[in-house]
Amino acid sequence: MKFTRARGVGLLGIFIAIVLIFAVNNSLGNKITEKSKIQSIWGFTSTIRIPDSAKMKEDPKAPPVAAIELPTMITISLICGALVLAGGSLIAKNPERGWVAPYMSSVIALGFFSILLWAVANNSVDLSDTLSRVVRLGTPIAIGALAGIVCERSGVVNIGIEGMMLTAACFGYAAAAISARAIYGDALPESAVRGVVWMPLIIGILGAIVTGGMMAALHAWLSIRFKVDQVISGTVINIMAVGITGFTRTNFLLKFESPLRTGLPQMPLGPLADIPLLGPILFDHKPITYLMILMVFGLNFFLFRTVWGLRTRAIGEHPKAADTVGINVNRMRYRNVIIGGMIAGVAGAWFSLEGSFGFDDGMTSGQGFISLAAMIFGKWNPIGAFGGSLLFSSADALQLKVQAYSFDLPSQFMQMLPYVVTLIVLAGVIGRARPPAASGKVYEK
Amino acid sequence: MANEQQAPAETQKPAEPKPTKPSLPWLSEAIVPLLAILTAVLIGAVIVFISIPSNKLPAFDLSLYGSRSDWFFSTLPERLRVTLSAFTGLFSGAFGDWSKPSTIPGAISNTLVESTPYILAGLAVAVTFKAGLFNVGAEGQLLMGALGSVAVAAFMPQWFGVASLPAIIHLPAALLAGVLAGAMWGIIPGYLRAKTGAHEVITTIMLNYIALQIMDYLINGVMKDKSATLQRTPFIHENAALPRIVSKATDPSLTGGQAYPRLFTTTDSAWDLRIHMGIVIAFLMVGLIWWLMNRTPKGFEIKTVGENPEAARYAGMNITGTVVGAMGISGALAGLAGTSQVIGLEYNLKAVFSSGLGFDSLAIALLAKSNPIAIVPAALFWGALRTGAGAMQINTGISINLINIIQALVIMFIAADQIVRWIYRIKQAEGGKITFNRSWGK
Repeated sequence: MKFTRARGVGLLGIFIAIVLIFAVNNSLGNKITEKSKIQSIWGFTSTIRIPDSAKMKEDPKAPPVAAIELPTMITISLICGALVLAGGSLIAKNPERGWVAPYMSSVIALGFFSILLWAVANNSVDLSDTLSRVVRLGTPIAIGALAGIVCERSGVVNIGIEGMMLTAACFGYAAAAISARAIYGDALPESAVRGVVWMPLIIGILGAIVTGGMMAALHAWLSIRFKVDQVISGTVINIMAVGITGFTRTNFLLKFESPLRTGLPQMPLGPLADIPLLGPILFDHKPITYLMILMVFGLNFFLFRTVWGLRTRAIGEHPKAADTVGINVNRMRYRNVIIGGMIAGVAGAWFSLEGSFGFDDGMTSGQGFISLAAMIFGKWNPIGAFGGSLLFSSADALQLKVQAYSFDLPSQFMQMLPYVVTLIVLAGVIGRARPPAASGKVYEK
Repeated sequence: MANEQQAPAETQKPAEPKPTKPSLPWLSEAIVPLLAILTAVLIGAVIVFISIPSNKLPAFDLSLYGSRSDWFFSTLPERLRVTLSAFTGLFSGAFGDWSKPSTIPGAISNTLVESTPYILAGLAVAVTFKAGLFNVGAEGQLLMGALGSVAVAAFMPQWFGVASLPAIIHLPAALLAGVLAGAMWGIIPGYLRAKTGAHEVITTIMLNYIALQIMDYLINGVMKDKSATLQRTPFIHENAALPRIVSKATDPSLTGGQAYPRLFTTTDSAWDLRIHMGIVIAFLMVGLIWWLMNRTPKGFEIKTVGENPEAARYAGMNITGTVVGAMGISGALAGLAGTSQVIGLEYNLKAVFSSGLGFDSLAIALLAKSNPIAIVPAALFWGALRTGAGAMQINTGISINLINIIQALVIMFIAADQIVRWIYRIKQAEGGKITFNRSWGK
């Protein structure tokens, strides 16, 4: 029995499943009280509701489209049993390729589902709201991963995505606030108070994009012109971002009075948003989330179906060959890194204009690095990276969801979840994923 | 941007490099870092000059000044004065106000105290640089070290059911606990890097966040001092504390009834200093790491793996072991930094403990070109900058974040030393470039 990656992942899955089942058993046992009138742990049920969003508008108490009552303990036992069996077969068969990542993602996804069931034992949860939150929180991670893909496919490692996002968030908000004041003065006009003030917000997004592009230009300049190690250069970007944004916030933003009070609005897409389950997940979001979905498929098209994409992949895989056929490698890299920075700028705008309105120090909280992990998880493909982002954001969404219930796992452990999942995914997937061959290497003629 | 065609001089290999002995070797080594610092500080001064808070300047008034630009130029002398006072504030915060000699020992001691964790954490990062790794996790390793040491220093007697343990047992145990906890936090990413190829930059950053959450959990839960209003652990036992060097006797009512040790007791307020034996430990570690790197086979292995992993593998060196070992040593040093903060300076662990030390230590290791001896001046410079920043903020209202900007610029100029060479027209010396194992996978 040689210890391999597949076996390691299988062991980890089995371990997680066993720990989970014992934890649930223990915690439900503690929940049995006189008041709950439940005799044994098998008596708990978790209800998953799919609300009828169309009827909810008229009557908030409208009955749900469907309400599935799952016996908590039995469902979790089945899930854990399946995971243990699959992990066992992984250990026995030791497949060369292909099964590790699916098994790991199913361990994580089913584990999250079990934790959700465990948290809502004897209670009910709104499924469409949970899933729509997964998509919403996945937005910055997915956009960041796209930024990473554009850079790495052209052969430039970009560890500075976090910093680019943070600066873009800061200056995107500043641009929106300042332009609102410039246009409207001290107070919004009566017509704008109730509606949405689009102009400053659009200026804000553009400001974020330009900021991201500028930070990326610095990264490109350092790593291409001065041949600085790209990891160091990215770290410079990250540190600089902390300094610049902190300085800007304390010296200007805190003192600046802006009439703008709200960020980007919710934009339900008419009748589509009323489809049960699918509506809230896909068609009832804020603008940048829609943009993210467009960008994922757009980049997929551009990368694999256009001349630009072919050249981009060429300079990342074999710059010498690309040079031979007359592509100016370094100029192309400059251009692509700046494009990547602009994409990261959109993610930054999400933080300060959509996710919440305003800017806080360190508000990106490591999402830039998580998006790099999502990029690796998706093997440098936009669609795969989108899937990875949803995996990571579901950790976040779960963490926020269970806070609403009296859940007896300490909140700190739930907040750790996205980071722990990132670690597990990185350790499990990387050996299987082959980065663009020239990624991180300086090209010199 | 289109300068790629002009290949810089150092990329073309000279035909036969003549080994020349510079007259002042350390100066030619140090000139670029020093100029990098100078340039970064000058840029910082320009930032101060432009962004002075309005309450320090005559307010902009349309009737007095024609336009905003007129106002900017008419306040130039005022701006210059504030900028200068920012930097004199920086200096007096770090080295004392030289017109009042009584402030000097306190300020210098504060600078040294501030530098202690920087020396240790800078060493930690330098070791990984040598191994071709990039440890951004000093922050998390430091937190874990602090947690480990506070667990032992504050709670160990309870485990044995005694009132207190003799210092000869308790102090080393606390130090060891911190070192081991930090080392563990370094070994995890090292192992992942060596075995699975997960890039240590991402894994260490993830571990930083995890360490923060663990600390938050412990300080709000198991380790919380029930009687305190702040979120903090109880005070550590006096026998587990690193002695102060010179200070007044502690007031037991402020420290949970513990009387912490010191080498020299004084009654003079000017000499009531915070400096503790941690600085001595830090200097010892500098010597130890220098010895390890330059006088032992292990150090040679680490450097070889960093320079050329393929050659190291060909020579039969154990790459996995070396990578894990280097990360472990690094984590141990960073853990020691946290430990010395807890048992030498704070005597307890608060929920708001460290901030940004991971990035600071990167800057220091780069400044020192990962040379263990050069870590000391780099860390002292950093400690002075951080200590002075507080005084600067009081003087001018300029945010402490200015220091972070200066820091990023310093790192940038050190990493891209060609910028500095180009500005000041200095020729490229031989060698001295840091190389990393690139790529994500193995």
